[in-house]
Amino acid sequence: MKKWLQKGRMVSLFAMLALLLMGCGDPTLSALIPQGEVADKQFQLMLISISIMILVLVVVFVLYAFVLLKFRKRKGDTSTPKQVEGNHMLELLWTVIPILLLIILAVPTVMRTFEFSADAKPASKNELSIKVTGHQYWWEFEYPKEELITSQELVLPADTKVHVELSSADVIHSFWIPSLAGKTDTNPGDKNKNFMWFDTGSETDVVYKGKCAELCGASHALMDFKVRVVSKEDYKNWVASFKAADGKSSANANGQQVFEKNCISCHAVGQEGGNTGPSLNGFGDKDRVAGILEHNKENLKKWIKDPQEVKPGNNMPKVNLSDEEIDAVSDYLLDLKLK
Amino acid sequence: MATHESHKKRSGLMDWLTTVDHKKIGILYLLAGGFFFLIGGLEAILMRIQLMEPDSKIFTGELYNQLLTMHGTTMIFLAAMPIIFGFMNAILPLQIGARDVAFPYVNAVGFWLFFFGGLLLNLSWFLGGAPEAGWTAYAPLSTVAEDTGVDFYVLGLQIAGAGTLAGGINFLVTVINMRAPGMTFMRMPLFTWASFVTSGLILFAFPALTVGFFLLMFERVFDANFFNPDMGGNVLIWEHIFWIFGHPEVYILILPAFGIISEVVSTFSSKRLFGYSAMVFATVLIGFLGFMVWVHHMFTVGLGPVANSIFAVATMAIAIPTGVKIFNWIFTMWGGQIRFTTAMLFAVGFIPTFVMGGVTGVMLSVPAADYQYHDSYFVVAHFHYVIVGGLILGLFSGLYYWYPRMFNRVLNETLGKINFWLFFIGFHLTFFPQHWLGLMGMPRRVYTYMSGQQLDGSNFVSTIGAILMGLGTIVLLINIVISASAKHAATKDPWDGRTLEWAMPVPTPEYNFAQTPLVRGLDPLYVEKTAGNGEMTPAEPVGEIHMPNGSILPFFLSLGMFVAGFGFIYANWIVAIVGLGGVLVTMFLRSVIDDHGYHIHKKEVEADIKGGRA
Repeated sequence: MKKWLQKGRMVSLFAMLALLLMGCGDPTLSALIPQGEVADKQFQLMLISISIMILVLVVVFVLYAFVLLKFRKRKGDTSTPKQVEGNHMLELLWTVIPILLLIILAVPTVMRTFEFSADAKPASKNELSIKVTGHQYWWEFEYPKEELITSQELVLPADTKVHVELSSADVIHSFWIPSLAGKTDTNPGDKNKNFMWFDTGSETDVVYKGKCAELCGASHALMDFKVRVVSKEDYKNWVASFKAADGKSSANANGQQVFEKNCISCHAVGQEGGNTGPSLNGFGDKDRVAGILEHNKENLKKWIKDPQEVKPGNNMPKVNLSDEEIDAVSDYLLDLKLK
Repeated sequence: MATHESHKKRSGLMDWLTTVDHKKIGILYLLAGGFFFLIGGLEAILMRIQLMEPDSKIFTGELYNQLLTMHGTTMIFLAAMPIIFGFMNAILPLQIGARDVAFPYVNAVGFWLFFFGGLLLNLSWFLGGAPEAGWTAYAPLSTVAEDTGVDFYVLGLQIAGAGTLAGGINFLVTVINMRAPGMTFMRMPLFTWASFVTSGLILFAFPALTVGFFLLMFERVFDANFFNPDMGGNVLIWEHIFWIFGHPEVYILILPAFGIISEVVSTFSSKRLFGYSAMVFATVLIGFLGFMVWVHHMFTVGLGPVANSIFAVATMAIAIPTGVKIFNWIFTMWGGQIRFTTAMLFAVGFIPTFVMGGVTGVMLSVPAADYQYHDSYFVVAHFHYVIVGGLILGLFSGLYYWYPRMFNRVLNETLGKINFWLFFIGFHLTFFPQHWLGLMGMPRRVYTYMSGQQLDGSNFVSTIGAILMGLGTIVLLINIVISASAKHAATKDPWDGRTLEWAMPVPTPEYNFAQTPLVRGLDPLYVEKTAGNGEMTPAEPVGEIHMPNGSILPFFLSLGMFVAGFGFIYANWIVAIVGLGGVLVTMFLRSVIDDHGYHIHKKEVEADIKGGRA
């Protein structure tokens, strides 16, 4: 019997270990694998709070298990337990100790809360400043100093402090890159602009996943974006080629024509085009179609053919194009690469 | 139940539609709340089926948003609160030795308003789609939605909320005015205390919600611009108003569960509650602090570090009285003789589960780290640990504990234990993995997640757990059906109870105590048992008992509101006026018809006492 019990315990121990070894998640998505200063410090706060909390849990659970085992009613016991009113010493103890534990937690809490917000001002020279605008269901990224607007994919230099100004064009969204920083809401209206900052970390050529974290409509689940962190050198090149790019003189003349006739009133390429839809400059380099589908021609055609099928409730109209036209414009778009 | 010649009895359905008896209204609340609990649970299981595998396409987009909105709304407003009100109605007047609540007629109005409000909201499923903006209905998502879903949400909850407010006021007055001789405040059972504080919270929190709903309704029905930034409005007004209500609401829900657990732990350990006055003080303090922490739902909204820090520290402070409660429960068991009945099992399961939900609550109170937790599955795990692991386990415990008193039948203990283990294990399987799902980057309220993000396994486990919880609930239903047969008749005091509700015969006479009892201490029935009486000493001679008449007016008043609700939803002013007119007519009738109730004659009461019926 005892041996069996021990075995049982071993099995459950292994089960717990297995759970732990399931890992900390996707290294480009998980807040448990932090990159950069902000996510790092947030992770440390998690560790501090979780340590204190595990201490509390262990004390309570051990005491509780003891009580449950020791004081169960025995068969044939007809005595009446002593009716205890209370115990001032004990009650004082379990009031004061939690207060002390909470003070220990409150100090770094307040410190970091101020730290993460105090810097949310326009950037100094060596730092980067961007404006993020949430749309149903895509993200617009403006680099005011570099004077460029892109969408869905934020390209950033490594080891750089990034200041972010957040707002929304429609409903409330929330801007979240778990690997790099916690989230901040994007509110509609000038009065409720938000600011945050994060550090891009030292790794280069890595694509972090970003998410919308506030229910914003039917395709809230699909409102993903990407953060591509590259070397400072590559970043400079990217900015230069982004600004140099234009959609003219494409090898796909047919596609270009279709685009200029049907798409350009909402989507920008190069210096031209509307801004009600995401900018498609450098579309060929992107990681995803519509933020979620794998980046290939088949998916692009599927998306153009029936946007509602892919992202329910989004604002892209179903443009009346023939299959040949969709084919041509897809080729044109996938060819829009930045040198 | 004893019949009394002096009064025309209604029977069958008409009896239930017209009743103003707190015991019957309690059962009505429990049935209606239980029905909505099943609907909300079904919605949850449908969501978990969609999330069982990545890239699943069963319930997507708007339909999924409708499911998540209705799940949250139904569970909070139409399941948890009414079930709590069910217990408060059925038990609280008995615990303080009262004949009924202070305003029996208002009590019936409260129930029917809740019922018709809930019905209105749920009819949206068949009338153009349910609301899809989340139970929080954040503007402008809730104001720009073009279908009528959110209109059903606003009107349905406005009507149900009015019923809740009426109920809360009723219980406040009942506790203050209707206690039996000797039942001082500091001798009241903890469940009564918790219900009293909860009623106070309702009194202050629900008006905020009412105002919020009026703003939202005016914005949707009459094109007002309170939340429209283009017209000088501000979207954050809604968030503040909602959470000024919404956070106290959390304590409105959990405090009665604390009360139930206090009763059950004390009874089944055969010990008086350890640190009774500290428990009372902790309950009041939690209720008070509950109004000072709403911004912790809004840390990512951008209110700045000063606001965030103040509300963070206030939130942490709530952990202290809550911790006091946990230790007091454990030390109530210390030195006792614990009997593991089903009711006690649920209470025993409640304590560690609630502690786990509590510690994640403290973690969430750290704003700088909350930026990572907020609106992720970590939060989903946290609030299900406190609401399901806390409140629902507490309600199940209360159901098994008070079932004999409410229904004159006992529930089967074996089935009860199967119910407990299925539900308890299912619960932890469902929600424990969600802690790290959130930290691993899964936002809440998403209808799908892509494969290859290491979110698959935990989501699968979570769905299996949800199915187990569903099975546990089915076992409970089977148990209830089986208990209806005659051989499961309950005895007067099946658990060796300590409080007044166990001092009456079963079934409970309609006038409760034939003679109002004299209370001589905390746990009054236990006091009498140790004094060798075994029964309460009456505080008055046998006499005539004045009872209120039943009335159909509360039903029609609420029906009028229901009709008016449709009028506002479809902007059909004729229907709205007809509905509101009906409300006014019932109010008028109530005012002009003299209703003095009726008396149960002394002879009949004496006969009841003699026959063991009172």
